[in-house]
Amino acid sequence: MKVSVRSAGFLTTVQDLGRTGFRRHGASLGGALDPHALTIANLLVGNHPTDAGLELTLGRVRLRFADDRLVAWCGGAFDVHASGAELPVGHIAFIRAGEEFEAAPPPKGARAWLAISGSIEVPFVLASRATDLRSRFGGLEGRALVDGDELRLHSPSRNASVLMRQLESSHITTWSAPNEWSSPAPRHPFLRIVRGADWSRFRKEAVAALLGESFTVTNASDRMGVRLQGNGVTRDDRDELLSEAVAPGTIQIPGDGQPIVLLGDCQTIGGYPKIAHVITVDLPAAAQLSSGDIVRFAEVTLAEAQQLLLQRARDLAWFRAGLTLKFT
Amino acid sequence: MEIVSLGDSALVVRVSNDFAAEPEEALRAAIALQRTLEEAAIPGVVESAPGYVSVAVFFDPAVVADAIGGDDDPFEWLHQAIRTAALRAEGRASGSARSRVRHEVPVCYDDPEFALDLDSVGQHAGLSAVDVVKRHSEVEYRVHCVGFLPGFPYLGGLPRELATPRRATPRSEVPAGSVAIGGSQTGIYPTNSPGGWNVIGRTPLRLFDPTADPPARFHAGDRLRFVTITREEFDRLSA
Repeated sequence: MKVSVRSAGFLTTVQDLGRTGFRRHGASLGGALDPHALTIANLLVGNHPTDAGLELTLGRVRLRFADDRLVAWCGGAFDVHASGAELPVGHIAFIRAGEEFEAAPPPKGARAWLAISGSIEVPFVLASRATDLRSRFGGLEGRALVDGDELRLHSPSRNASVLMRQLESSHITTWSAPNEWSSPAPRHPFLRIVRGADWSRFRKEAVAALLGESFTVTNASDRMGVRLQGNGVTRDDRDELLSEAVAPGTIQIPGDGQPIVLLGDCQTIGGYPKIAHVITVDLPAAAQLSSGDIVRFAEVTLAEAQQLLLQRARDLAWFRAGLTLKFT
Repeated sequence: MEIVSLGDSALVVRVSNDFAAEPEEALRAAIALQRTLEEAAIPGVVESAPGYVSVAVFFDPAVVADAIGGDDDPFEWLHQAIRTAALRAEGRASGSARSRVRHEVPVCYDDPEFALDLDSVGQHAGLSAVDVVKRHSEVEYRVHCVGFLPGFPYLGGLPRELATPRRATPRSEVPAGSVAIGGSQTGIYPTNSPGGWNVIGRTPLRLFDPTADPPARFHAGDRLRFVTITREEFDRLSA
């Protein structure tokens, strides 16, 4: 009923879909930086979408299983092996007791989400199992995994048991989740944005710079936000703004004109102007950015962003319906 | 009242345009709206959180679409539902947000280890350190909102003369418990954190406990006073 962390990698944390209901107390949403990827991985192994999995960042991770489990992962182009066999993104592998899962750093992309049938058993803190690294609570003792950790697992669901029997001899499914969902890591993405509340505080040239130029991801980026370096997006007025809510996807422009794209661990309230927001369906691509990557922005309307999001929800419902057939 | 989008899955309802002139009114309106929205339990709304002059509303568009069914535009529908709640909140703003919760926050201002920027705040205000402390600790503050960090209270009511611009270079780590001034705002850092506010003292109180219900010590609308303590009292209280 447990998994041993043989190698914890660069930054591996226990995450679920995040912490809602506590922003009024200042606690971040947090959770998987690509909640859609974790949802898909969870569904593949017969878990509930809100179950806890692991978020892998850049490094090499090795896990050994104490009992039979299904695993599936989504995210950046990691090189993953289950029981010694290559496990492509979005496929499901059957790992027997004593065998290992191994992920090597990706040639592109930064993060991957791993789901294990049954899911990781850690206590709920503020109604979530997500690790809040900055405030040091949730997940495994509020911290990233280290070599030698042991993670307790819940019992696999009945669906997982059905699939395990099917995979007795083949070990890895021949079918997978749709590829555009499971591996959202183009090397130089266009992130689609909608206008933010402070868009009109910026001059035409500043907006043209945001939409026309490319930006380089700096190494000061983390789970709170992606910090970008470009020629500068400057503001006209010098009004001190009253601090107001920000959210994952919000693009803030601090005084130096270098944009920050906020991610899941962002603060709840910010004082920098909000020029725009990365649309929700493009947050998975934002979560894959690492130091040195090049980003561009493209504007869409709010209606387009919302239609894309509703379409993704409909596609997810179809995917879930289709998946139930695999579990029978 | 004005509704502005905060990306495609959240929006901000601004209840006042003139915070500087009527901070109390803005606070009352924001708290009343947040409570009304909570009670309204609008389908698809995941949570709401008050800011200085606004309430942020986070929603799941797919749940909204499911709840209303048919061909209605879920976002148009959601805006309408929030507008309706906001009108109801305006009607009750006067009574509902009066908070009787009062906090006394012990602060040690007179140790250079804690009061990192007390002198520069004094210089900016043209006051002695003693006068800065006196003025900072003799007024009552209101908690306008809690955010930025878990449990961080944004306080309104700072005497005008104590307003001090944020430090040109933020500190990479402001110690937990630091009482600080940033522009016309004052607040308390609940945990060690990077920060650009001017630190003038430190409280031994713990402001956020994730295992407690509610986890934050202060809430929007609460009233708060700072009470000066010595270094010895600080050490005793934090033991």
